[in-house]
Amino acid sequence: MNTAATTTINFTLNGRPVAADVKPHHNVVEMLQTQFALFGARESCGQGLCGCCTVLVDGRPVSGCLHLAVFLEGAEVVTVEHLAAPGKLDPVQQAFIQCGAFQCGYCTPGFVMMTKALIGQHPDPDDEQIRDYLSGNLCRCAAYPEIVNAVKMAARNSKAGSTG
Amino acid sequence: MATATVSGGQIGRSLPRLEGHDKVTGRAEYTHLMQLPGMLHAKIFRSTVAHGRIKSVDTSAARKVPGVYAVYTGDDVRTVIAEPYYGPAFHDQPILAIGKVHFVGEPVAVVLASDPHVADQAAQQIVAEYEELPAVFDEVEAAENKTLVHDELKPAGTFADLKHLKGRKGTNIALDFRLRRGDVDKAFAAAAHVFEHMFRTQKVLHLPLEPHASIADYRDDGVTIYSSAQGPSFVRTEIARLLGWPENRVRIKVPYLGGGYGGKLYIKLEALATAMSMLARRPVKIAHTMEEHFYTITKHPTTFRIKSGLDQDGRIIARKCEVWWNGGAYADIGPRVTQKSGFTAAGPYDIENVSIDSYALYTNLTPAGALRGFGIPQLVWAYESHTDMIARALNRDPLEFRKQNLLRDGRPQATGTILKDTAIEKVLDRIAERLNWKQPFDRGKGVVRRGRGFAVALKAVISPTTSVAIVNVSADGSTTLYCGTVDMGQGSDTAMAQMVGEVLNMPAESVRVVPRDTDVTPYDMGTLGSRSLFHMGHAVRLAAEEALAKIADLRRELGEPEGSNAPLADLFRKKYGMQAGNIVGTGIYKPDYIPPDANGLTTNATPFWMVAGSGVEIEVDTETGHVRITRLINVADVGKPINPKIVETQLSGASLMQLGFSMFEKMHIDGGQVTNASLADYKIPGMHDMPPVMENEAVDTYQSNGPFGAKGVGELATFGLSPAIANAIDDAVGVRLTELPLTAESVFRALRAKDNKPLGDE
Repeated sequence: MNTAATTTINFTLNGRPVAADVKPHHNVVEMLQTQFALFGARESCGQGLCGCCTVLVDGRPVSGCLHLAVFLEGAEVVTVEHLAAPGKLDPVQQAFIQCGAFQCGYCTPGFVMMTKALIGQHPDPDDEQIRDYLSGNLCRCAAYPEIVNAVKMAARNSKAGSTG
Repeated sequence: MATATVSGGQIGRSLPRLEGHDKVTGRAEYTHLMQLPGMLHAKIFRSTVAHGRIKSVDTSAARKVPGVYAVYTGDDVRTVIAEPYYGPAFHDQPILAIGKVHFVGEPVAVVLASDPHVADQAAQQIVAEYEELPAVFDEVEAAENKTLVHDELKPAGTFADLKHLKGRKGTNIALDFRLRRGDVDKAFAAAAHVFEHMFRTQKVLHLPLEPHASIADYRDDGVTIYSSAQGPSFVRTEIARLLGWPENRVRIKVPYLGGGYGGKLYIKLEALATAMSMLARRPVKIAHTMEEHFYTITKHPTTFRIKSGLDQDGRIIARKCEVWWNGGAYADIGPRVTQKSGFTAAGPYDIENVSIDSYALYTNLTPAGALRGFGIPQLVWAYESHTDMIARALNRDPLEFRKQNLLRDGRPQATGTILKDTAIEKVLDRIAERLNWKQPFDRGKGVVRRGRGFAVALKAVISPTTSVAIVNVSADGSTTLYCGTVDMGQGSDTAMAQMVGEVLNMPAESVRVVPRDTDVTPYDMGTLGSRSLFHMGHAVRLAAEEALAKIADLRRELGEPEGSNAPLADLFRKKYGMQAGNIVGTGIYKPDYIPPDANGLTTNATPFWMVAGSGVEIEVDTETGHVRITRLINVADVGKPINPKIVETQLSGASLMQLGFSMFEKMHIDGGQVTNASLADYKIPGMHDMPPVMENEAVDTYQSNGPFGAKGVGELATFGLSPAIANAIDDAVGVRLTELPLTAESVFRALRAKDNKPLGDE
């Protein structure tokens, strides 16, 4: 495995052009952690079922534990670390804190990223849409009721923010 | 005990978690994500047989894989640790298998490499040969002694009541706890009605989304271990014992935990990581995959035979409980679960004659420990199903029947300890009110039938245990708390900061809570069993009160007028001539306790009782057996909530976790081999499993000996849910399930059996 060929990929990470040397078996999570010291996306189930590794690739949420790093050539990648401006959290992050939408916090970056994608697609989601959209994210502490509340609050506040 | 009469305005505040910012930005630290310079990654080669003598372990191919640093087995471990066995109750678990393997998945060898992929690939090149031995998997069969898991029992010196088991041979019973109150045989002979039922629970597991991880950095003068551990003080003591070192050469650092639920207690990977670092003389990280949790620690499956005798008036006059706890291959904390939960096996009822036998059994399965409830959910599953069955058989209302027999404050629990500060009746009443229990209920007529049910439970917090805390006021008046309670999501850092703020009259947000580090944070028995808010809460309160008293002394010493509120920074500057100095308060808390006698009786079994119950409304599809929970109610007595919002989320989260254990979670095991060891095959609750209506209530109470009137909450909403659902299924369709989980298949089979059209096995 350590003899496998290394490829250099170029892509945009959190708004900056970057390059990374990756092997064919490296997934997105491993690359982000070992080459860019970004630990917000993290592997848990390793099967794309829990959503802890969610990152946005060209605006679409992907499971970073299944998505191979080499596929990122030319892509635009956004991780949870990019949401907050200095001193100012994203409305999704604020809502998660206000609603108590996490306990241990391990799954939280994944939920935050998926919520970001959700309200991008459905600016005013109802309960059913929220449950469907977030059904691929698991929270063993089961903060689900609070997460639903946080998504709604985030949607409201994002709208208010975007219309000034 | 009197608690402080101060009013910093911090108690009862629904303050968002202090670490929230780090968690939503992905910056919170977890061991699984940590790296040290020069670190090697370890991958574990595991046993493929349930019980066998190791004939050979061939590591030669693995060693040849390019990039492999070393491969080690139990023999190598013995060169650096002569007696490499650990455990909280028994020193029975080897760091790596020695001589024999005792369950499928037991660690046999370890590969170290700088690249985890290389270590993983090389571990697959290891070949072991075993002479297979007969294995035992069922807890009741294990009690009969035919196949022995261990040749000899090896209790740890830690617990006085296990000493008599030392060296015992020819048994799988790691602990036999007994309680005898009154004369059950005589009472049964005199009873007008006798009911006996048998209940079982399945093997499930914690599955925190941060799997276990430890990093050990061993040097000749000390070892530092970073670990996802719920009990850093225990880890330090146990590693020091294994190394023959004083405790101050062992340092355990614990960042946030990505979930614990009891699965990260005691020693898990810490001893193995230490041994590997000793051998390799490099920092070594072991980070489990999700699959490996299935071979690490689980919840006890149980068999519970319960028998009750009632008089003509429907009063329960005798109850006999026999509980078999399937502890797996190593005891872990099983013997403590067996005893400390065992003594409440007769439930929250006022019964004159009680007999309890509670057995911790070794079997050839993954070890079992504590999982959010310390054994209580398994017991409540049986006694609240049983209680409901009796009420129905006697045509009594389940609520009235329970109230007739309820244990109330001022009356002795089975141990003889007088009940105090338990809002059992209030909890029961509130569940019934929320369910509109006394109103008619539409059960439906067609394919989908409706039902409702509830259950109530009592738990004693584990005792005796000790907590220590330090409050440090710096020269600018800012305050730091040092305490070993591990915040694994329950919000303890926030609650502890609120208590400091309450005493010192400062906002909780301004209090810094130091991450757990045994070089810095003082002793704590462990973050377990809903004990921390009470025990550590008291220690924190005492430490803050001592600091407050020292501040008052300083004001007097400096000649400040009575009632002066000169800023703390001014006091330090006046005293030391510049911004210098500290005021340090310490607090140690250990409650009174009297150990049980040979009959399990004691007048002081616990410092506080926990009370909680659940109620549900459900729909049953009679064509498929599918059960849908339409309304889920949790009511608990938590004393006075320190942080009401966090209390609510603890109740809600615990009940949704228990919903998985009740409805679908199950480790499937074939010949000792787990066949669904992944999240693809072992389903845990997700968004769609959340009932449409959820209600959580902490009843209005005050724990008179608690810190600020509070007591623990983390486990409470797990207690009553499983029997509440089974009782509701009976209410809806008239079938009674006695084994968890309550799957559609089991409901459908019961419906068919009821119609005299039973299904075949496959």
